[in-house]
Amino acid sequence: MQIPDVKSEWDNEISTVKIGATEKEGGTRSANISVGGETTLPFLHFEGSTPHRPVLAMEVWDIPPDSWPPVAREQIEGVMEDPVEWAQKCEEEFEPDLVCLKLKGCDPFGQDKSPEEAAKLVEKVIEATSIPLIVWGCGDDDKDNEVFTLVSPAAAGENCLLGTITEDNYRTLAALSKADGHKIVAESPVDINMAKQVNTLALDIGFELENLVIFPNSPALGYGIEYVYSIMERTRLAGLKGDRLMAQPILANIGGEVWGTKEAKIPEEEKPEWGDHRKRGPMWEATTAFTYLQSGADIVVMRHPESIKATKLMIERLMEGRGE
Amino acid sequence: MILIGERINAGFDPVAQALKDRNAENIRDLARKQEEAGADYLDINMGAISKDPEDMVWLVKTVQEAVDIGISIDSQKPEIVEPALQVCENDSLINSTTAVEEKLDGLVPLAVDYDASIIGVTSGEGGAPQDVNGRLEHAATIFSRATGAGIPPGNLFLDPVAMPLKFMQEQASNLLKSIHQISNISDPPPHISLGISNISSDATERSLINRTFLVMAMAVGLDAAICDVTDPKLVESVATAEMILNNEIYSDSFVETYRMA
Repeated sequence: MQIPDVKSEWDNEISTVKIGATEKEGGTRSANISVGGETTLPFLHFEGSTPHRPVLAMEVWDIPPDSWPPVAREQIEGVMEDPVEWAQKCEEEFEPDLVCLKLKGCDPFGQDKSPEEAAKLVEKVIEATSIPLIVWGCGDDDKDNEVFTLVSPAAAGENCLLGTITEDNYRTLAALSKADGHKIVAESPVDINMAKQVNTLALDIGFELENLVIFPNSPALGYGIEYVYSIMERTRLAGLKGDRLMAQPILANIGGEVWGTKEAKIPEEEKPEWGDHRKRGPMWEATTAFTYLQSGADIVVMRHPESIKATKLMIERLMEGRGE
Repeated sequence: MILIGERINAGFDPVAQALKDRNAENIRDLARKQEEAGADYLDINMGAISKDPEDMVWLVKTVQEAVDIGISIDSQKPEIVEPALQVCENDSLINSTTAVEEKLDGLVPLAVDYDASIIGVTSGEGGAPQDVNGRLEHAATIFSRATGAGIPPGNLFLDPVAMPLKFMQEQASNLLKSIHQISNISDPPPHISLGISNISSDATERSLINRTFLVMAMAVGLDAAICDVTDPKLVESVATAEMILNNEIYSDSFVETYRMA
């Protein structure tokens, strides 16, 4: 029996986004990383090229992560009070590709930390680490604009990935990122039309699409993952077919989603039939990551070292045979 | 939708004048305006003003000084097309051959040699047939000659000939049927293109007729058009049709998005 040729030909290539700047490039990172550049769907090496493997970022917060379940928290015991040490431990012990510093403490309805404090912290984290950095706002539009007004120049030259711009709040961060040489995360709430719209708005005010990654939100396994899976896939298909407003690398930010689910959190003592939660939680996070990687994610932001390790291994195996 | 801007045509007085005076800036300006409006190719037509290959070469060079988009060399004469292809650095499109043997012999090899796309107009020895079958016959002739010579279907545009509605009103529905049938000629199909403005020749409300017809033709498989891209309503209609046909993902700024992409 003849096996049919299932290769597709695509018109377009996903844009390549470089994050982090080495000394030569005006920063202080030991290396930079690139994502994107695909000319095929994920891991279909027989069909097109995937020049850069997907990368993993590990979350670090500017406040102790009290909302994390013990299984996730115990990994960072002793450093979670100090984000600088926490970031250092991440880089040295858990070896993610990037650190994702989340400025949760700036939330005006939480600790309401000042923009100055945030900027100082970013400087310190940059000094203490050598891998590229994602800096993520607290989610309050007005406060994030104030915070990034100081954080962005504080990290100038480091080519960070800053997040996020949304349909309602994009001008400030886009302008800052452009001025200080950063990349941005364009966020849309599980809505491909909105994803395209945010990119359109960014392009319209002069932000190059080549400096942007798409974040369509990324619920955990069991909580709507199939919906976003199809959005990511459709986004990638449109990008490969030539829609340049959809041809950006995709980010999945799964830590907060996974570690909020009962499947990841509930200890074995409460639900013996679900088995060991020390394995179950990281497995939930890794499985969520695998799923998004298969639908087009280029950057996955995660929390648990074990799930990062498993996901890295999976990526390595899926990238084997590339170009052969 | 592949939009081929029709404004650089020496049939228009300002273009004829610019060609005569070698006024490059006027030509470049027309090129830029059409590129901004969303053109993928710019058609360059010397009309009845000139038969001099040097004029075509000058126009091609002038246009590519201003824009990076494709150039459609509007001539059926190999002696005009080839020198233009030699200087054309942008994507090139030969507009056009017919199903007449002599034309195919002269132009298909040029498309192959210069890696150019080519438009094949469904017209033969006896002119352009008005019925569906006649159009299909010529389309099949051109398709087999072109693909047989090594032109991939994606580089071939078949044009089933738009005729003036005002004088041949029954033609428009034949044309729509022809488009639909040509779209089944191969998988992947060739592009199907039309000179849209012909449909409204000598009529009133030309812009309205053009864009309405264009949208109807898109619904049955048209994916390229030589048209006035500087008519904003026409481009807005195309953007809307692309979105309705699910060729473009909807966003709130879908018209603007279409222009930008």
